[in-house]
Amino acid sequence: MFSRITCFKKYLPLSFLIILLLTTWLLSPAEARTDVKNSDTGSALLAIVNVRIVPVVGQDIPSGTILVENGKIRALGANLEIPAGARIIEARGLTAYPGMIDGYSSLGLVEISGVSATVDNRETGRINPQVKAIEALKYDSMHIPIARSNGIVAAVVAPSGGLIAGQSTLVKLDGWTNREMVIKESLALVVELPGIRGGRRGFMGMGTQQAAVSTDRALAELKELFHRARMYEIRREQAAKNLLLPRPDFDETSHCLLPVVKGELPVIFSVQADKDILQTIRFVQEEKIKAIFYGVHQGYKVAGEIKKAGIPCLIGSLYDQPPVWEDGYDSLFMNPVLLNQAGVKIAFSSSSSSAAKDLPYHAAKAAAFGLDRLEALKAVTIYPAEIFGVDKLMGSLEAGKLANIVLADGDLLELGTRIEKVFIEGREVDLSNRYTELLEKFRKREREK
Amino acid sequence: MKNLTRLPVFILLLVIMLAGSANWLLAAGSLLIKNATILPVTGPPITGGDVLVIDGIIKQIGRNLTAPPGIRIIEAHGKYLIPGIIDTHTHLALSGTNEGTEAITPEVNMADVINPDDPAIFTALSGGVTMVHTMHGSANVIGGVNVVLKMKWGQPSEKLVVREAYPTLKFALGENVKQSNRTLLPGRPQRYPATRMGANAIIRRELLRARDYMAEWDRYEKLKNSKNPPANLLPPKKDLRLETLADLLRGKLYARCHAYVATEMVEFLNLAREFGFKVAALEHAWEAYKITDELLAAGVGISVFIDSWAYKMEAAEGIAYNASYCTQRGVLVSINSDSSERVRRLFNEAGKAVKYGLTPDEALKMITINAARQLGVDRLVGSIEVGKQADLALFNEHPMSAYTRCDLTIIEGEVYFDRQQVIKEREEAARKGGN
Repeated sequence: MFSRITCFKKYLPLSFLIILLLTTWLLSPAEARTDVKNSDTGSALLAIVNVRIVPVVGQDIPSGTILVENGKIRALGANLEIPAGARIIEARGLTAYPGMIDGYSSLGLVEISGVSATVDNRETGRINPQVKAIEALKYDSMHIPIARSNGIVAAVVAPSGGLIAGQSTLVKLDGWTNREMVIKESLALVVELPGIRGGRRGFMGMGTQQAAVSTDRALAELKELFHRARMYEIRREQAAKNLLLPRPDFDETSHCLLPVVKGELPVIFSVQADKDILQTIRFVQEEKIKAIFYGVHQGYKVAGEIKKAGIPCLIGSLYDQPPVWEDGYDSLFMNPVLLNQAGVKIAFSSSSSSAAKDLPYHAAKAAAFGLDRLEALKAVTIYPAEIFGVDKLMGSLEAGKLANIVLADGDLLELGTRIEKVFIEGREVDLSNRYTELLEKFRKREREK
Repeated sequence: MKNLTRLPVFILLLVIMLAGSANWLLAAGSLLIKNATILPVTGPPITGGDVLVIDGIIKQIGRNLTAPPGIRIIEAHGKYLIPGIIDTHTHLALSGTNEGTEAITPEVNMADVINPDDPAIFTALSGGVTMVHTMHGSANVIGGVNVVLKMKWGQPSEKLVVREAYPTLKFALGENVKQSNRTLLPGRPQRYPATRMGANAIIRRELLRARDYMAEWDRYEKLKNSKNPPANLLPPKKDLRLETLADLLRGKLYARCHAYVATEMVEFLNLAREFGFKVAALEHAWEAYKITDELLAAGVGISVFIDSWAYKMEAAEGIAYNASYCTQRGVLVSINSDSSERVRRLFNEAGKAVKYGLTPDEALKMITINAARQLGVDRLVGSIEVGKQADLALFNEHPMSAYTRCDLTIIEGEVYFDRQQVIKEREEAARKGGN
């Protein structure tokens, strides 16, 4: 190893010269800018012109320009002057939207749900605040480019199972490693309270993990754990001040819960039944923690209380049965409509990896049942950004924000719409994916004839 | 005797009916839908169109139709009228799905276990679905005989069955039958087959057995019908399992085979050729896009998901272009739900095909006329045409749009789902509950 480095050092000036010559010869500046797939670092000045702009906040612009520089939106408007030297993207007939944010997914943790070797979202045991989604995230998951080619640029990736499932992460859907994807390494602790239809079961009913019997007991258990964490902290502080006091034994659970009890790390509560939601609101207020609700199947029944508590809601997948027959066939579709009308901040989620690309369709489904279409669009863009505290960076098309831009040939939430280009932090990302690659591969057979 | 006691009641009913207006008789299964955008599926759209239904049958399609007196008129201005959606692969309205204890169980029949109280029937109606093919599961290589049902919520089992449909027998291949995703419990023996080789071998073995069985019966019939039948002639032993397979070989039953990967589909088509049985469709067929030539040569269609994939190893190459590409190559494709939940958003699933290359019209066909053809009922349903049964669904937006919602579902001229009515009843119940 050492000798190799010295060897390299010997030839260093020479190699530098060769590289320099090669680059000047190969890459004239104009040509370098056309190849964005691999070499575009997002630093070049980019002008998307003649594009319909839906900034999500503020007025739509029927035809305008978006200027992108250093990965950010420098300006946008109807009559912008295009600076000399800008790479121009003609987008006539296309609409620019902010990239969507999936409020809750298992992207990068679940590859093929039935094959356990490819499943990394569910740790054994019930209390796992120590496990972090980011540390298992498969950045080259086949599901990520598919989600991206549907206009999704960022996602919450959440672990699952037990009472405390672990720590979720917020990532952008671009990067050569999991760490390059990070927006917020630890977004929130995930707590799964029992569902309405009883304990959660694994794939095809073969799972052995049972959720806690009731929300009362689950919350009581959490209270105890939070108390233990607070006591642990006090004992450690006292021991640090007083040399006569022994340091308490290391307690992993308490150690990992400290950011939660201090109010630094929010908790995402997966909670469904109206009564359970009310109990959880009380718990959150008593414990003085930051909370986000997820799932909230019967949220519409207690929308006023959720609004008063100021807790935002990540709507679970709408691809589900009504939790109980009496709620009505359309209760899951009406739920986001009624929560939104009550003033609760909502964001949609795919709750999936292989179906993460369906995020826009969940929003459209709610719109079919009465959610205002702009509100539906906000609930996959600016609202999730606000809920996760990244609205200064993303979630809308505004000067100064990251250039997370989607160019679509129609309404972003519509089934038939094709996404023509996606920019993540100003970089144009590759929209080929497993679907397109396999199609191309087997189309060759047709062409061979 | 029984009939005699019922006779007076029947006459009484008849008198009451005749005493009422003649219009009352007409009204059952009759209605007029006005001012809709009609998507007949087999013809061009008609804007501002009317459909007149008499006794469950579409009598007239056009503009400015007038209804005979006493008929319910449904105003559908701004809405889209399509043929009732047909789901070619479900397991709903059954009180059992898998007789998976043995590798082959063709003697079982889903018509014996219809559960007309399954709420999934209503769920299906709420998504505009009027007919489903409800099937034996995929736990074993040869399952049972399937049944086609109309979603007549509230009616007894026998009223649901569509007898005109192809009688079909369920086959299954791949991971489910080889039980590759099942944890083997200690002490429980592994069931044959554990490989795709075994699955194919079992089918061949049973069909050869069925051939012998048929030959034995032929021998018996020949002897029986001969001039001098032997005195002690005994018929062969009746075997219900082989009887079903013999019907398949006789062409009285159609195979529907659950298959994912290209190899197992190619091999099943080879078996069909070898034994000369008919295949109504391949189910799931995730790798159909790899073998469109073989499908076209065999004239076999596919019944698939649009993009529900990657839940098993054999679904890891299931691309969302499958349905679109196969359609473009000329394969008959229907989109199925295989789920008592997805059944209510089958129109959304079909709508996704537009992103992957189909026109909205082509996409809509996959859940209407194509499905009807695969079930052998396209002369009765699957499009809006005069003379066909009035199975219809009304949507507030184009049915292939993500923003659409089913507002009304009609089977044979009777309204089985009415969103406005559901909301009204809910509000009334809430008022009563509040008092």
